[in-house]
Parts: sequence; C-alpha cells; structure tokens
Amino acid sequence: MAEPIIIAKDLEVSFGNNTVLDGLSLSVPRGEILGVVGASGSGKSVLLRTLIGLVAKTRGSVSVLGVDQDSASEEEWQAVERRWGVLFQRGALFSSLTVLQNIQFLMRETLDISQELMDEVAMAKLEMVGLTPADATKFPSELSGGMTKRAALARALSIDPEIVFLDEPTSGLDPISAGELDELIKTLQKTLGLTVFMVTHDLESLYAICDRVAAIADGKIVADGPISTMLKAKHPWVKAYFRGQRGNLLAAQREQPAL
Amino acid sequence: MSGEALLTSRFDEGVLALTAGGAWTARNAGELERLLEAQREDAGAAKSISIDMSGVREFDSFGAWLLERLTREWQAEGGKLTVERLPEQDHGLLAEIRQVNQTPREQPRRSTPLLDGLARFGRGGASVLDDTAEFANMLGAISVAGFRVLGRIRNFRLTSLVNQLDRVAWHAIPIIVLITLLIGGIIAQQGIFHFRRFGAEDYAIDLVGVLVIREVGVLIVAIMVAGRSGSSYTAELGSMMMREEIDALRTMGFNPVEVLMLPRVLALTLALPVLTFIGSMAALLGGGIVAWVYGGMSPDIYIARLSDILTVDHFKVGMIKAPFMGLAIGIVACAQAMKVKGSAESLGLQTTISVVKSIFLVIVLDGFFAIFFASIGI
Ligand SMILES: Nc1ncnc2c1ncn2[C@@H]1O[C@H](COP(=O)(O)OP(=O)(O)OP(=O)(O)O)[C@@H](O)[C@H]1O
Ligand SMILES: [Mg+2]
Repeated sequence: MAEPIIIAKDLEVSFGNNTVLDGLSLSVPRGEILGVVGASGSGKSVLLRTLIGLVAKTRGSVSVLGVDQDSASEEEWQAVERRWGVLFQRGALFSSLTVLQNIQFLMRETLDISQELMDEVAMAKLEMVGLTPADATKFPSELSGGMTKRAALARALSIDPEIVFLDEPTSGLDPISAGELDELIKTLQKTLGLTVFMVTHDLESLYAICDRVAAIADGKIVADGPISTMLKAKHPWVKAYFRGQRGNLLAAQREQPAL
Repeated sequence: MSGEALLTSRFDEGVLALTAGGAWTARNAGELERLLEAQREDAGAAKSISIDMSGVREFDSFGAWLLERLTREWQAEGGKLTVERLPEQDHGLLAEIRQVNQTPREQPRRSTPLLDGLARFGRGGASVLDDTAEFANMLGAISVAGFRVLGRIRNFRLTSLVNQLDRVAWHAIPIIVLITLLIGGIIAQQGIFHFRRFGAEDYAIDLVGVLVIREVGVLIVAIMVAGRSGSSYTAELGSMMMREEIDALRTMGFNPVEVLMLPRVLALTLALPVLTFIGSMAALLGGGIVAWVYGGMSPDIYIARLSDILTVDHFKVGMIKAPFMGLAIGIVACAQAMKVKGSAESLGLQTTISVVKSIFLVIVLDGFFAIFFASIGI
C-alpha cells in the first residue's frame, strides 16, 4: 500500500460540552478515494475541517503530506495548504468575484503563466465540472445550488492539487450530473494520482468510485474498508445504511453481473 | 529531477519532432508555455509535427491543455500533429480535455473612455432620481406599516422596539456623552480665546449655549447615530437580504417592513430626541468645565448667564429637528439594505453609502429647518 498522506490520531474535538469527535483515528494512503459516511450531525464536516486546520482539536494529532499540524511552522503549513483543494459543503465561493475569477484565484497567486493560458485552463475546468462557458461571468449569487457545487469543485481543482477534500460534492445534483462528476474525480485520480477525502451521502458514488469507505458514529470510525467490508459490518447505523432498502437495491445490482 | 528537459526539438527534412519530458504540470506551465511558443516559427516551416510524450513523468490538466492547444493551433493552420506514446494512465485526462473549450470565446467589448464617461454621468444623474424615489417608497412603506399596526396595536412588536431602543439609545449614551462633552469644551475654549481680545469673554457662554442647543448638539448626535446605528441597520438587514432570510420571512406570511424595519425606524425616531437632549446637556457641561478651568468663570456665573440667554424657543428649535433626523437615518438605512445584492462587496458598499447619504441628508434637513425657523422668526 502507498504511504499514508493524511494521518489523524486519537482526535478529540468539542464545542463547549458537545464532544463531536472522540478519539478518532484515520489514515489515507496516497492515490486513494476515501468516502466518509455518517448520520447528519455525526461530525463529518467537523472532521474535514479539523484535518485542514480550520477547527481546533482538543486532543490528538493530524499530519498531512508528512507535515504535522502542530509542530509545523506557519510557512510549512501554508506550503501544505497550497497542495490541496477544498470543496466546502456550502460552496464558499468568493461572492464578489465571478465564477471564472474564483477559479483563477489560486492560479493567479501561485503560478507564473500568461493571462491567456489562465483563461483557457479555467474555462477548461469549468466545462470539466459540467458548467457552460456562459456561466463563467456569473456571480455566485446568480448560480443554482448545483451550479454552486460545480463551481466550487472547479475552484478546488484549479491548480491540480495532490489532495482534494470534498464535502458532499454530489448533493444537490441530479443523478446524471452526479455520475459525471464521479467519473471526473475517478479520471483525475487515475491521471494525477489525486488523493480524495470525500464526505458523501451518495450511495452511488460510494459504489462507483470509492476505494475505501469510513463510517463515523459516536465520534469514532466504527467501520472502515472497501464496500464489501461495509456490507458485513455489525454497527447498527452502518447496517441500516448499507443494508437498508436503497442500499440493498444497489448491493444487489452490483452482485449480479451487468446485463 | 528538474534537470530533465521539458521540451526538445529536432527539425529534419520538414518534419518537426518534439520530445517532451519531465513534469508537464501546473508548476512548469509558465515555462512550458514559453517553450511551445518558441517552437512556433519552426512549426510554420514544417510539413508535419510529432510529439513524443513517453518521457513525461507527471501530467496534469495544465499540461494536457497545453498539448491540446498545440494540436488545435496546428490543425487550424491545416497541419497535423501526432501525439505519440502518451503514458497509458494519462489518456483519460487528455480525452477529457479534448472535449472542452470547443466554442471560441467572444472578445470582451472594447470601451472608449469618452462614451464610458458619458454613460457614467448619465447613470449618476438618473440615480439621484432613483434615490429620491426609493426614499419616498420606503417612507411610504413604513408609514403604511405604521398605520396598519396602529389599527391592531396588540400585534405591535413591543419587545423588538425595546430591544432596538436598548441598542441605539441606551448603549449609545456613553460615547455620545463623551463626544459632545469634548465638543462643548472646544467651542467654549475657542470662544473664550477669541472674545478675550475684546474683553468680552462672557459672550463665549452665549456662543456655547445658543450653538449647542440650536445646532451643534442635534447635528453631532445625528451624525454619530448615522455612523453607529444606521450603518449597523444596513449591514444587518442587508445580510439578511443576501441570505434570503427576508424572503423566508415573507413566505411565512410576515411583512418584513412591519416586522424588521418599523421597530428599527421607530426606535431611531424616539432615540434621537433623547440622545440630543443628553448630548446637549453634556456639551453645556463640557463648556462649563472649560469656562471654569480655562476662562476662570465660576459655575454660578456660567449657569446664570445661560439661563439669561437661553429661551424655550432655542430649545424647541433644537429638539424638533431630532425625530425627523432619526426618521431620515432609519429610512435611508432600510432603503439601502434592500439594495444589497448577493455579494459581500455589495453589502460593504451599501453600508458605506447608507452612512454617507444619511449624514448628507441630516445636514440638508438642518438647512431646511434653519430656513423655516428664520422665516417664522424664531
Ligand atoms: N462551529 C460550531 N460550533 C458549535 N457546534 C458545531 C459547530 N460546527 C459543528 N458543530 C456541531 O458538530 C456536530 C457535527 O456537525 P457536522 O457539521 O460535522 O455534521 P455533519 O456530519 O457534516 O452533518 P451533515 O451530513 O448534515 O453535513 C453537530 O452537532 C453540530 O451542531
Ligand atoms: Mg456536513
């Protein structure tokens, strides 16, 4: 197995009296697509935000790309930050920039390339995530929910990072577009060796592209492994999720050879 | 590793053979772009071009696009570029990139400075009319809401009004007292300093008394309130507007004007006279302290002199203006908030405009009142 590039050990995160993560450990090897599942409010977004250093942890350690969050100097950590892309659950696009400017934001800061190339690559990304050239000049407030997701994904991918953290990339999209996005993520993983940390509720995505799935409950990872392991898991929530009505339907489809 | 050449070329009997190597990634995109640009001249003379990609170890969408761009440019000129030995895992990305940017982008329309200037001038003129209309509109909406609430006074949001009063009146007192105290002191000091030359220091007290009670007290307080509360109303209501909270309220059957704006505007209208009174008293106190410490006039003399010259009319002139100014500030703040669009930038812009406009309006109002009082002779 490839070397792990995201390592979290014994994480504890609480807000006041509410302990959200309680001794959670997780590691993600390079080039893997990890799907993180869990009930609403179980702390998936909090885990993601803790890994990228936005939420302070009360215990434990996080290291990304070989750099430890606590002992790294500001410059070291910033260098790590430039090597990942993040898709926030609510998009978090810069509201005073157009979609195209949002995508170009990091390119402009970090790369020494001509405006023309920047425009072309940004337009390419825009189309890769399924937006049309006409959307390039729109402002975030003029986008639909699904379009916001796509634009945010394009921004996360703007400089071809090594890791992407995606918080529900396919929620709010129609199933066909969701499938296309899954394809795109898979392609990028194959070509760029992209590592993907993906929070999702989308069973289809889990089956289609995730190499491994981790389920969060009670502030811990309660089940962890490829889909086949999840189907056999004992934890009641995991069982209900993968062996519920919708889960069973998909599982049955996968077990039968395609027609 | 960076020693590996990104691009080498061999030109041989009309065939241009390019060999790619190293990392064709975002990091090297600038360099690659220049290298490819430099090949253009040779390419013009070549009958066919081939590019060998087998040496490329890293490949991302920047590299893929540069390769695709080369292919398309060459195709547009009627030639053919063959991509050879692209590593297996990179085919997917190149295929993906092949599908995009097919429609040529339209060039942005060129603008001429003269036309732009004219357009801006015209828009500026039109916006004055718009502003007036908006102000009238908001005034109308608030009045309608006010009368409607009068009809069923039990529904009135008293808690909200009290809460707003707490914010804009009670919490504003310390800063207002501090500022007006200083202003009163400064006026007294300047008065004493200049009148002393004529041996007419006593008139400094007249100056402080009349100026503060009629004009300065209410103006300073109104300007402070516009900066402090008007701006926060615009920011608050504007961000609710931005996040569709106001739409949500409306669809639940509430009238946003009645629920959000009426209590706020009313609170300002009530708060301003109170604050003006407190501010004016603080200014008189400040003047008194300076007169005592700097001018050597005892507090008794100061008070006696003030009560000689100040009449009820002076007091009325100052106080009557206050509620109107409060109303104007509140209405501008609400009208401006309604213009906030989706972006954080527009929220900031409208908040600034709200403050500038309400201060302007306060001063214009003061001018109109001055004309009015002069013509009725008080
Ligand atoms: N900034 C915060 N302050 C206080 N509590 C928070 C904060 N952020 C999250 N929480 C709490 O942490 C818990 C986990 O929230 P989180 O956003 O991680 O849920 P989630 O698993 O991402 O759910 P969903 O699938 O609905 O997005 C919730 O109980 C939430 O109330
Ligand atoms: Mg979440």
